[in-house]
Amino acid sequence: MEFFLQQVMTGLSIGSILLLVALGLALIYGSMGVINMAHGEFLMLGAYSTWALNTFFGLGLLSSLVFVFLLVGAFGWAVERGVIRFLYRRPLDTILATWGIGIILQQVVRLSAGGELRYVEMPEVLTATVSILGVTVPGYRVFVFVVVAALFALTWALMFKTDFGRRLRAVVQDRDTATCFGVDADRVYSLTFAYGAGLAGLAGALVAPLKSVSPEMGTAYVVDAFFVVVLGGVQSLFGTVVSAGLLGQLTGSLAWVTNDTVAKALVLVAIVVIIRFRPQGLFVAKVRS
Amino acid sequence: MTLKRRTFLQGAAAASVAAATGFPHIWSKNAGLARAQGGEIKVGVLFSLTGTTGIIEESLNKATLLAIEEINEAGGINGMRIVPIVEDPASDPATFAEKARKLVVGDRCVSVFGSYTSASRKAVLPVFERRDNLYWYPTLYEGRECSKNVIYTGAVPNQQQDEFIPWLFENFGPRFYLIGSNYIYPKEENNYCRKLLAELGGEVVDEEYVPLGHSEFSSVINKIRSTQPNVIFSTVVGDSVVAFHRQYRAAGLDPETMPMASLTTSENEVAAMGGDAAAGHFTSAPYFMVHDSPENQRFVEAYQRRWGGDKVTHFVSEPSYFQVYLFKQAVEKLAASDIDPPTIREAVRGEELMAPQGRIRIDPDNLHAWLWPKIAVARSDGQFEVLRSSSDWLRPDPYAAYPGQVCTVNGLVEG
Repeated sequence: MEFFLQQVMTGLSIGSILLLVALGLALIYGSMGVINMAHGEFLMLGAYSTWALNTFFGLGLLSSLVFVFLLVGAFGWAVERGVIRFLYRRPLDTILATWGIGIILQQVVRLSAGGELRYVEMPEVLTATVSILGVTVPGYRVFVFVVVAALFALTWALMFKTDFGRRLRAVVQDRDTATCFGVDADRVYSLTFAYGAGLAGLAGALVAPLKSVSPEMGTAYVVDAFFVVVLGGVQSLFGTVVSAGLLGQLTGSLAWVTNDTVAKALVLVAIVVIIRFRPQGLFVAKVRS
Repeated sequence: MTLKRRTFLQGAAAASVAAATGFPHIWSKNAGLARAQGGEIKVGVLFSLTGTTGIIEESLNKATLLAIEEINEAGGINGMRIVPIVEDPASDPATFAEKARKLVVGDRCVSVFGSYTSASRKAVLPVFERRDNLYWYPTLYEGRECSKNVIYTGAVPNQQQDEFIPWLFENFGPRFYLIGSNYIYPKEENNYCRKLLAELGGEVVDEEYVPLGHSEFSSVINKIRSTQPNVIFSTVVGDSVVAFHRQYRAAGLDPETMPMASLTTSENEVAAMGGDAAAGHFTSAPYFMVHDSPENQRFVEAYQRRWGGDKVTHFVSEPSYFQVYLFKQAVEKLAASDIDPPTIREAVRGEELMAPQGRIRIDPDNLHAWLWPKIAVARSDGQFEVLRSSSDWLRPDPYAAYPGQVCTVNGLVEG
């Protein structure tokens, strides 16, 4: 029983990080349909912002979070206004453009902050471990789990309980009709993109104390993020959660039975098989076409 | 002068005839003279300055250039200046091979100092073997190579493990958990570790490999928690080292009872993960920055004066530095007209030198270095504390895990 719980906890903590990384992309790609290859670099910017706030202003991780969200969000807004909005009806060009932005960001960070690996100190209160149902879990992982749950709730409420969310859903369903009803589609898109980028920034800040911070760190995360969103079903926020949880548990248990190298390969095979038989992903949001 | 198509073709034809008959002959006859011309000795410096391993290799480049500058300032080699030709292979094995060819064939260097990864060394090896040139490789590596065209100044498995494993066994217990990144180096090291543990009566509770660049260690830590080994023997490299240490600490595991014993964690990795995450874990290597010797004090001071007071020296930058002095010692024994890669190789066999880590020697048979293994524990200030130094230099045995195979002057001998 304890062994089983241990596995579930491991799966949950892997899944929570996957969801954290994918949540911003679920909006940008899922709702807006922008294939944002620079998502990983937004995350990397978040990690470096945290490191910089920590090193140059002495701010701890917790007090940095709001600034990081605003900083990377503002940056995302600028990218949307400066580049993405000209490419909404040209998906292939969007891939190229965002990929280019990603490479530029990597090199800018490498040139300004240096290419050596960095780290962000974990908040002292979260370094302890906690015991949940007899299973020892790192305090920080529990913290990440709670923050991710809160961010998801916030995003869900934003999408489905606010006026802004209604406008966004209207634009997603039919941009022209929504515009006819007086929705400023441009503004809705740029704010959504900024929010998604801000979430990626937060993800970067939160993974920084567990993993290493380097200019290339985003590359691995962007792949994970796309898997989660595509598997969950594009446009389905709920699907993203289920898919992150599923991939987390799958990775955790396969890594237990075999090892991380094999687990990674098997998880990819599983995704390919599922997508083969359910190209629309696990969950489908009802959209009038 | 205008070049018409016809005259150009005639000229080209004449040149190719000359190349086919005359040139090669003249070329080889005067090779020795041509190589050390006008009081200059050309050497290649081939470390990546960009790309994934750019940061670490840049420190090797700096250590090499420092040694060359020092030698030139002190009057060069028999009055001849060393002229370094620096190339950036950009962390890409194919580019390594291409740049190596340029240095060996185009620039006619008598030796090249370079490489951090085994992949890049394997990529340049054919170039050096075909041209019978010399490659000086400073990195600790997995052994199992026997080339007369490479001088290996880093440690091989027996030099890092022969004293380390018994020491860990005595101090912490017999149960080892082997974890490494998924490529050749960790597999060969673990292979040798298994052999040593079998001799000691120890036990391998698990042997596991994570993908290169892996950063999610939840499952590994779970397994460690449930198998409760005495020692976690780690050959994880790169970013993964940082993630593994930080997650180990977050999981509340204790280095006092279940330390990580690493062959790959140097001052560099400790700086990247933060001293707190590294503190209490062990590393075995021939060199640590804190090593107390007049040679090392000089090296560290010179390095920081030249490249910045916050820079660290580590167990790969130290061989990068002293191997240039070995090169100097070997070339000094030769007449200017004899300076050629094969003669340098013969001159360096058995050569000894006071390096920062202690007196080292190039093995006359396998061209690897006799080194001084040390065991150190990381402290929270980012430096190591040396707990144990070898009482004698240790012979390199690149085939230690493969009884019956010996690297000799005439290459690999079986049986």
